[in-house]
Amino acid sequence: MIRVLGAALAAIITLLGLTLALWFAPATQVNLPQQVELNIDASGIAHPITAVLLNFRSYDTLLEVAVVLVAVVAGLALRERGPRVTPHERSADPMLQALTRRLLPLLVLTGVYVLWAGSYAPGGAFQAGALVAAAGVLARLAGYDIASRVDRLLRLGLALGFILFLTVAVSAMFGGRPFLNYPDEWAGSLIFLIEAVLTFSIGLTLLSLFVHAPGDASPQGGGDYGR
Amino acid sequence: MGVDLWYALVGAVIIALSVFAFISARHLMKKLLAFNMMGSGVFLIMVGLPQHQHGVDAVPQALVLTGIVVAVSATALALVILRRYVRSGGDPAP
Repeated sequence: MIRVLGAALAAIITLLGLTLALWFAPATQVNLPQQVELNIDASGIAHPITAVLLNFRSYDTLLEVAVVLVAVVAGLALRERGPRVTPHERSADPMLQALTRRLLPLLVLTGVYVLWAGSYAPGGAFQAGALVAAAGVLARLAGYDIASRVDRLLRLGLALGFILFLTVAVSAMFGGRPFLNYPDEWAGSLIFLIEAVLTFSIGLTLLSLFVHAPGDASPQGGGDYGR
Repeated sequence: MGVDLWYALVGAVIIALSVFAFISARHLMKKLLAFNMMGSGVFLIMVGLPQHQHGVDAVPQALVLTGIVVAVSATALALVILRRYVRSGGDPAP
């Protein structure tokens, strides 16, 4: 009971503080959309969000990819030794099998389209990676065990996005440019190359976090409040 | 009150509700869900609020996109840790 009251108090204080902060939010000094608009021709990409993500603020994206890589390495380190409980190779359910067989190519195709569309419309590496991961999860649920067949390739694929991104970022420094500064004439193609490899890596990362999660456990959780 | 402020206030309410759930819940899974919701509230404020001066702003949207990917993988890692903890005999609702 004290716990609930304390939680309610904390929630009310948070709400009040946030509301005050939002109400008295200072006006921004810099017109960011205008800045993006002015520099978008130099970025090599026509869509502002992708340009921000992979050119203007690519340092954030690089670190994000590193964070995702660290998460999956920690997840893989926590996986269980010994024989994993692998589901049957093919699901017995004919409906699920038929649906998976038709949906999987469509998902991968949509992923490639979203990746390609990222240069001029909403889309890009992360959305495409999520679609690829969804395809992998669907295949896994239907009983196609892709991930554990290509274990070594999987590990290389996980790090590939980060390695390529870092290589491009550092190789700019050999030409006397700052870190993460793309050469002007190659910017568009370099960004697309990075995005394509990132799609692959992010899809594999999300998939392997799903596949290598420890198996199901007997439910132990009880009621929450009635204790 | 413009649409931007409305989005931001809804985000603030979501954050406050998830603070409540995060503290009051005992089950670790519920805590994780509440934490995730808190992140969604922050994203809503970040995307909604900057619209009011110069129109749709690509910079916060790109930052939120980054944040969503990090949040998804952090949640997945937390779920892996949680399941491992339960399997090695831990009580998920201490």
